Amino acid sequence: MAKVLVVTSGKGGVGKTTSTAALGAALAQGGQSVAVVDFDVGLRNLDLVMGAERRVVFDLINVVQGVAKLPQALIRDKRLENLWLLPASQTRDKDALTDEGVGRVIDELRSRFDWILCDSPAGIERGATLAMRFADEAIIVTNPEVSSVRDSDRIIGMLDSKTVRAERGERVEKHILITRYDAGRAARGEMLNIDDILEILATPLLGIIPESQDVLKASNVGTPVTLNNAESAPARAYTDASRRLMGEQVAMVVPVERKGFMDRLLGRRAA
Amino acid sequence: MSMRLLRLFGSREATAPVARERLQILLSHERGLLGQSDLLVTLREEILAVVSKHIQLDPDKVMVKLDRGKSVSTLEVDIEVPNNFDKKTTERRMAG
Repeated sequence: MAKVLVVTSGKGGVGKTTSTAALGAALAQGGQSVAVVDFDVGLRNLDLVMGAERRVVFDLINVVQGVAKLPQALIRDKRLENLWLLPASQTRDKDALTDEGVGRVIDELRSRFDWILCDSPAGIERGATLAMRFADEAIIVTNPEVSSVRDSDRIIGMLDSKTVRAERGERVEKHILITRYDAGRAARGEMLNIDDILEILATPLLGIIPESQDVLKASNVGTPVTLNNAESAPARAYTDASRRLMGEQVAMVVPVERKGFMDRLLGRRAA
Repeated sequence: MSMRLLRLFGSREATAPVARERLQILLSHERGLLGQSDLLVTLREEILAVVSKHIQLDPDKVMVKLDRGKSVSTLEVDIEVPNNFDKKTTERRMAG
Protein backbone atom coordinates (compact mmCIF):
# COMPACT_ATOMS: atom_id res chain seq x y z
CA MET A 1 0.00 0.00 0.00
CA ALA A 2 1.43 3.34 -1.07
CA LYS A 3 1.80 6.01 1.56
CA VAL A 4 1.57 9.72 0.95
CA LEU A 5 3.62 11.78 3.36
CA VAL A 6 3.69 15.55 3.57
CA VAL A 7 6.83 17.23 4.91
CA THR A 8 5.62 20.51 6.36
CA SER A 9 6.37 23.10 9.04
CA GLY A 10 4.62 26.43 8.61
CA LYS A 11 7.86 28.27 9.20
CA GLY A 12 10.39 28.62 6.40
CA GLY A 13 14.03 27.63 6.54
CA VAL A 14 13.66 24.86 9.11
CA GLY A 15 14.77 22.07 6.77
CA LYS A 16 11.71 20.74 4.90
CA THR A 17 13.48 20.37 1.56
CA THR A 18 16.66 18.94 3.10
CA SER A 19 14.54 16.48 5.08
CA THR A 20 12.39 15.49 2.07
CA ALA A 21 15.52 14.74 0.03
CA ALA A 22 17.28 12.92 2.88
CA LEU A 23 14.28 10.81 3.92
CA GLY A 24 13.36 10.06 0.30
CA ALA A 25 16.89 8.86 -0.39
CA ALA A 26 17.04 6.90 2.88
CA LEU A 27 13.75 5.10 2.08
CA ALA A 28 15.04 4.34 -1.43
CA GLN A 29 18.33 3.08 0.05
CA GLY A 30 16.16 0.80 2.18
CA GLY A 31 14.75 -0.77 -0.99
CA GLN A 32 11.49 1.19 -1.26
CA SER A 33 10.33 2.92 -4.42
CA VAL A 34 10.02 6.61 -3.70
CA ALA A 35 8.76 9.75 -5.44
CA VAL A 36 9.58 13.14 -3.94
CA VAL A 37 7.23 15.89 -5.11
CA ASP A 38 8.02 19.60 -4.89
CA PHE A 39 4.93 21.70 -4.13
CA ASP A 40 6.78 24.99 -3.82
CA VAL A 41 5.51 26.53 -7.06
CA GLY A 42 7.57 29.53 -8.14
CA LEU A 43 10.32 28.84 -5.60
CA ARG A 44 11.27 25.26 -6.30
CA ASN A 45 14.45 23.97 -4.68
CA LEU A 46 14.05 20.24 -4.22
CA ASP A 47 15.55 19.76 -7.71
CA LEU A 48 18.64 21.71 -6.61
CA VAL A 49 19.07 19.82 -3.33
CA MET A 50 18.67 16.52 -5.23
CA GLY A 51 21.16 17.62 -7.92
CA ALA A 52 18.63 17.32 -10.77
CA GLU A 53 18.21 21.02 -11.56
CA ARG A 54 19.75 20.74 -15.02
CA ARG A 55 17.44 17.92 -16.06
CA VAL A 56 14.02 19.44 -15.41
CA VAL A 57 11.84 19.27 -18.53
CA PHE A 58 8.26 19.12 -17.25
CA ASP A 59 6.79 19.83 -13.85
CA LEU A 60 3.82 19.19 -11.57
CA ILE A 61 1.67 21.88 -13.20
CA ASN A 62 2.35 20.43 -16.68
CA VAL A 63 1.10 17.06 -15.43
CA VAL A 64 -1.94 18.54 -13.66
CA GLN A 65 -2.87 20.42 -16.84
CA GLY A 66 -2.29 17.41 -19.08
CA VAL A 67 0.57 19.02 -21.05
CA ALA A 68 2.82 16.14 -20.02
CA LYS A 69 2.21 12.62 -18.78
CA LEU A 70 3.49 11.70 -15.35
CA PRO A 71 6.29 9.37 -16.62
CA GLN A 72 7.62 12.20 -18.79
CA ALA A 73 7.84 14.60 -15.90
CA LEU A 74 9.38 12.23 -13.35
CA ILE A 75 13.17 12.53 -13.14
CA ARG A 76 15.04 9.44 -12.07
CA ASP A 77 17.82 9.95 -9.54
CA LYS A 78 21.27 9.32 -11.01
CA ARG A 79 22.47 7.45 -7.94
CA LEU A 80 19.40 5.49 -6.79
CA GLU A 81 17.28 3.86 -9.46
CA ASN A 82 14.17 3.61 -7.27
CA LEU A 83 14.17 7.32 -6.34
CA TRP A 84 12.26 9.80 -8.54
CA LEU A 85 11.60 13.52 -8.45
CA LEU A 86 8.54 15.42 -9.64
CA PRO A 87 9.65 19.07 -9.76
CA ALA A 88 7.53 22.15 -9.13
CA SER A 89 7.06 24.79 -11.78
CA GLN A 90 9.41 27.73 -11.52
CA THR A 91 7.51 30.13 -13.72
CA ARG A 92 3.80 29.46 -13.59
CA ASP A 93 1.25 30.67 -11.15
CA LYS A 94 0.39 28.39 -8.27
CA ASP A 95 -3.32 28.95 -8.98
CA ALA A 96 -2.84 26.57 -11.90
CA LEU A 97 -2.95 23.77 -9.33
CA THR A 98 -6.45 22.55 -8.52
CA ASP A 99 -7.55 20.15 -5.80
CA GLU A 100 -8.90 17.68 -8.36
CA GLY A 101 -5.83 17.92 -10.58
CA VAL A 102 -3.40 17.33 -7.72
CA GLY A 103 -5.63 14.51 -6.47
CA ARG A 104 -5.42 12.77 -9.85
CA VAL A 105 -1.62 13.06 -9.93
CA ILE A 106 -1.32 11.75 -6.36
CA ASP A 107 -3.56 8.78 -7.26
CA GLU A 108 -1.36 7.96 -10.22
CA LEU A 109 1.76 8.26 -8.06
CA ARG A 110 0.16 5.90 -5.53
CA SER A 111 -0.14 3.23 -8.21
CA ARG A 112 3.55 3.49 -9.07
CA PHE A 113 5.42 4.02 -5.79
CA ASP A 114 5.62 2.76 -2.21
CA TRP A 115 6.18 6.26 -0.82
CA ILE A 116 5.20 9.70 -2.07
CA LEU A 117 6.91 12.52 -0.15
CA CYS A 118 5.34 15.94 -0.69
CA ASP A 119 7.69 18.83 0.06
CA SER A 120 5.42 21.64 1.26
CA PRO A 121 6.12 25.33 0.76
CA ALA A 122 6.39 27.45 3.90
CA GLY A 123 3.33 29.34 5.09
CA ILE A 124 -0.28 28.34 5.45
CA GLU A 125 -1.54 29.43 2.04
CA ARG A 126 -2.81 27.40 -0.87
CA GLY A 127 0.50 25.71 -1.74
CA ALA A 128 0.87 24.40 1.79
CA THR A 129 -2.74 23.23 2.06
CA LEU A 130 -2.50 21.47 -1.32
CA ALA A 131 0.71 19.70 -0.29
CA MET A 132 -1.00 18.27 2.81
CA ARG A 133 -4.44 17.75 1.22
CA PHE A 134 -4.04 14.06 0.22
CA ALA A 135 -1.54 13.00 2.89
CA ASP A 136 -1.86 9.82 4.94
CA GLU A 137 0.93 10.88 7.27
CA ALA A 138 2.68 14.13 8.06
CA ILE A 139 6.19 14.98 9.14
CA ILE A 140 6.29 18.32 10.92
CA VAL A 141 9.82 19.68 10.74
CA THR A 142 10.54 21.75 13.84
CA ASN A 143 13.59 23.65 15.06
CA PRO A 144 14.15 23.96 18.81
CA GLU A 145 13.13 27.57 18.67
CA VAL A 146 9.93 29.31 19.84
CA SER A 147 8.65 30.61 16.50
CA SER A 148 9.14 27.26 14.81
CA VAL A 149 7.28 25.40 17.59
CA ARG A 150 4.41 27.87 17.42
CA ASP A 151 4.11 27.49 13.63
CA SER A 152 4.26 23.69 13.96
CA ASP A 153 1.31 23.86 16.33
CA ARG A 154 -0.63 25.86 13.77
CA ILE A 155 0.17 23.33 11.04
CA ILE A 156 -0.91 20.44 13.27
CA GLY A 157 -4.29 22.15 13.60
CA MET A 158 -4.56 22.38 9.80
CA LEU A 159 -3.61 18.72 9.35
CA ASP A 160 -6.50 17.86 11.67
CA SER A 161 -9.02 19.94 9.73
CA LYS A 162 -8.04 20.65 6.12
CA THR A 163 -6.94 17.27 4.81
CA VAL A 164 -9.12 14.77 2.93
CA ARG A 165 -8.59 12.30 5.75
CA ALA A 166 -9.71 14.81 8.38
CA GLU A 167 -12.81 15.64 6.37
CA ARG A 168 -13.67 11.94 6.20
CA GLY A 169 -13.32 11.68 9.98
CA GLU A 170 -10.06 9.74 9.71
CA ARG A 171 -6.78 10.89 11.11
CA VAL A 172 -3.52 11.87 9.50
CA GLU A 173 -0.71 10.21 11.43
CA LYS A 174 1.65 12.95 12.56
CA HIS A 175 5.34 12.86 13.45
CA ILE A 176 7.65 15.56 14.73
CA LEU A 177 11.12 15.72 13.19
CA ILE A 178 13.41 18.00 15.15
CA THR A 179 16.18 19.47 13.04
CA ARG A 180 19.23 21.65 13.80
CA TYR A 181 19.39 20.26 17.30
CA ASP A 182 22.42 21.05 19.43
CA ALA A 183 22.55 18.69 22.41
CA GLY A 184 25.20 20.80 24.14
CA ARG A 185 23.16 23.98 24.01
CA ALA A 186 20.01 22.14 25.10
CA ALA A 187 21.92 20.69 28.07
CA ARG A 188 23.13 24.17 29.02
CA GLY A 189 19.54 25.39 28.89
CA GLU A 190 20.18 27.63 25.89
CA MET A 191 17.89 25.70 23.59
CA LEU A 192 14.45 24.17 24.02
CA ASN A 193 14.96 20.50 24.78
CA ILE A 194 13.19 17.57 23.13
CA ASP A 195 10.80 16.90 26.00
CA ASP A 196 9.67 20.52 26.07
CA ILE A 197 8.88 20.48 22.37
CA LEU A 198 7.06 17.16 22.44
CA GLU A 199 5.04 18.15 25.50
CA ILE A 200 3.94 21.41 23.88
CA LEU A 201 3.06 19.82 20.53
CA ALA A 202 1.65 16.57 22.01
CA THR A 203 2.83 14.67 18.93
CA PRO A 204 5.19 11.67 18.74
CA LEU A 205 8.80 12.07 17.70
CA LEU A 206 10.15 10.63 14.45
CA GLY A 207 13.76 11.67 14.85
CA ILE A 208 16.29 14.23 16.00
CA ILE A 209 18.65 15.63 13.38
CA PRO A 210 21.70 17.28 14.91
CA GLU A 211 22.96 20.63 13.68
CA SER A 212 25.79 19.73 11.33
CA GLN A 213 28.07 21.14 8.66
CA ASP A 214 27.38 18.04 6.58
CA VAL A 215 23.91 19.35 5.67
CA LEU A 216 25.33 22.40 3.87
CA LYS A 217 28.09 20.34 2.25
CA ALA A 218 25.50 17.95 0.83
CA SER A 219 23.30 20.70 -0.58
CA ASN A 220 26.34 22.42 -2.10
CA VAL A 221 26.97 19.37 -4.25
CA GLY A 222 23.31 18.49 -4.82
CA THR A 223 23.27 15.18 -3.00
CA PRO A 224 20.81 14.13 -0.27
CA VAL A 225 22.74 14.07 3.01
CA THR A 226 22.19 10.31 3.49
CA LEU A 227 23.91 9.67 0.15
CA ASN A 228 26.65 12.27 0.43
CA ASN A 229 28.16 10.97 3.64
CA ALA A 230 26.22 8.04 5.07
CA GLU A 231 28.41 7.98 8.19
CA SER A 232 27.76 11.59 9.13
CA ALA A 233 25.61 12.33 12.18
CA PRO A 234 22.66 13.84 10.25
CA ALA A 235 22.74 10.97 7.72
CA ARG A 236 22.51 8.40 10.50
CA ALA A 237 19.68 10.36 12.13
CA TYR A 238 17.72 10.53 8.85
CA THR A 239 18.33 6.84 8.16
CA ASP A 240 17.02 5.96 11.64
CA ALA A 241 13.95 8.15 11.01
CA SER A 242 13.30 6.40 7.68
CA ARG A 243 13.44 3.00 9.40
CA ARG A 244 10.88 4.22 11.94
CA LEU A 245 8.65 5.27 9.05
CA MET A 246 8.91 1.72 7.72
CA GLY A 247 7.69 0.45 11.07
CA GLU A 248 10.98 -0.64 12.63
CA GLN A 249 11.71 -0.04 16.29
CA VAL A 250 14.87 2.03 16.43
CA ALA A 251 16.17 3.45 19.71
CA MET A 252 15.98 7.25 19.78
CA VAL A 253 19.48 8.64 20.11
CA VAL A 254 20.99 11.87 18.88
CA PRO A 255 23.89 10.80 16.67
CA VAL A 256 27.07 12.73 17.31
CA GLU A 257 29.90 13.51 14.92
CA ARG A 258 32.57 10.82 14.92
CA LYS A 259 35.87 12.57 15.34
CA GLY A 260 38.62 11.38 13.07
CA PHE A 261 42.10 10.53 14.30
CA MET A 262 43.54 13.81 13.04
CA ASP A 263 40.65 15.79 14.53
CA ARG A 264 41.36 14.28 17.92
CA LEU A 265 45.10 14.75 17.55
CA LEU A 266 44.66 18.40 16.71
CA GLY A 267 41.93 18.86 19.27
CA ARG A 268 39.41 20.01 16.70
CA ARG A 269 35.88 20.43 17.82
CA ALA A 270 33.23 18.43 16.09
CA ALA A 271 30.78 20.43 13.99
CA MET B 1 43.86 9.61 -4.68
CA SER B 2 44.71 13.18 -3.84
CA MET B 3 41.25 13.56 -2.30
CA ARG B 4 41.85 10.50 -0.18
CA LEU B 5 45.21 11.78 0.92
CA LEU B 6 43.69 15.11 1.79
CA ARG B 7 41.02 13.37 3.81
CA LEU B 8 43.69 11.34 5.60
CA PHE B 9 45.37 14.49 6.71
CA GLY B 10 42.16 15.95 7.92
CA SER B 11 41.77 18.66 5.30
CA ARG B 12 38.19 19.38 4.41
CA GLU B 13 37.13 19.13 0.82
CA ALA B 14 35.70 22.42 -0.28
CA THR B 15 32.16 21.98 -1.57
CA ALA B 16 31.47 25.69 -2.03
CA PRO B 17 33.11 25.88 -5.51
CA VAL B 18 30.77 23.10 -6.66
CA ALA B 19 27.80 25.05 -5.28
CA ARG B 20 28.99 28.20 -7.04
CA GLU B 21 29.31 26.51 -10.41
CA ARG B 22 25.95 24.75 -10.12
CA LEU B 23 24.24 28.03 -9.29
CA GLN B 24 25.95 29.89 -12.13
CA ILE B 25 24.74 27.37 -14.70
CA LEU B 26 21.23 27.21 -13.25
CA LEU B 27 20.76 30.94 -12.87
CA SER B 28 22.10 31.76 -16.33
CA HIS B 29 19.31 29.57 -17.72
CA GLU B 30 16.63 30.85 -15.36
CA ARG B 31 17.42 34.52 -15.91
CA GLY B 32 17.14 33.93 -19.65
CA LEU B 33 13.71 32.48 -19.00
CA LEU B 34 12.38 35.67 -17.51
CA GLY B 35 13.46 37.93 -20.37
CA GLN B 36 12.88 35.77 -23.41
CA SER B 37 11.41 32.40 -24.16
CA ASP B 38 13.50 29.38 -23.29
CA LEU B 39 15.11 28.14 -26.53
CA LEU B 40 15.16 24.52 -25.39
CA VAL B 41 11.47 24.58 -24.47
CA THR B 42 10.63 26.18 -27.83
CA LEU B 43 12.69 23.58 -29.68
CA ARG B 44 11.01 20.76 -27.78
CA GLU B 45 7.52 22.05 -28.59
CA GLU B 46 8.25 22.72 -32.25
CA ILE B 47 9.96 19.37 -32.80
CA LEU B 48 6.96 17.60 -31.33
CA ALA B 49 4.57 19.72 -33.40
CA VAL B 50 6.39 18.82 -36.63
CA VAL B 51 6.46 15.13 -35.79
CA SER B 52 2.80 15.08 -34.84
CA LYS B 53 1.88 16.52 -38.25
CA HIS B 54 3.02 13.25 -39.76
CA ILE B 55 2.24 10.64 -37.17
CA GLN B 56 -0.21 10.25 -34.34
CA LEU B 57 1.98 10.87 -31.27
CA ASP B 58 1.35 8.57 -28.34
CA PRO B 59 2.39 10.71 -25.34
CA ASP B 60 3.53 7.55 -23.53
CA LYS B 61 6.00 6.82 -26.34
CA VAL B 62 7.70 10.21 -26.25
CA MET B 63 10.54 10.78 -23.81
CA VAL B 64 12.29 14.12 -23.59
CA LYS B 65 15.55 14.45 -21.71
CA LEU B 66 17.36 17.64 -21.02
CA ASP B 67 20.77 18.41 -19.59
CA ARG B 68 21.65 22.06 -19.19
CA GLY B 69 25.39 22.62 -19.25
CA LYS B 70 27.65 25.61 -18.87
CA SER B 71 28.51 26.08 -22.53
CA VAL B 72 26.48 23.29 -24.17
CA SER B 73 23.07 21.86 -23.35
CA THR B 74 21.55 18.71 -24.77
CA LEU B 75 17.94 18.10 -25.69
CA GLU B 76 17.19 14.46 -26.35
CA VAL B 77 13.81 13.68 -27.89
CA ASP B 78 13.07 9.99 -28.08
CA ILE B 79 9.96 9.16 -30.10
CA GLU B 80 8.82 5.63 -30.68
CA VAL B 81 7.46 5.44 -34.24
CA PRO B 82 5.39 2.38 -35.16
CA ASN B 83 6.72 0.60 -38.27
CA ASN B 84 3.43 0.74 -40.14
CA PHE B 85 3.00 4.50 -39.80
CA ASP B 86 3.71 5.03 -43.52
CA LYS B 87 0.76 2.86 -44.44
CA LYS B 88 -1.58 4.77 -42.16
CA THR B 89 -0.66 8.20 -43.50
CA THR B 90 -0.96 6.92 -47.07
CA GLU B 91 -4.38 5.49 -46.33
CA ARG B 92 -5.47 8.74 -44.75
CA ARG B 93 -4.23 10.68 -47.76
CA MET B 94 -6.09 8.42 -50.12
CA ALA B 95 -9.24 8.65 -48.09
CA GLY B 96 -9.00 12.42 -47.96
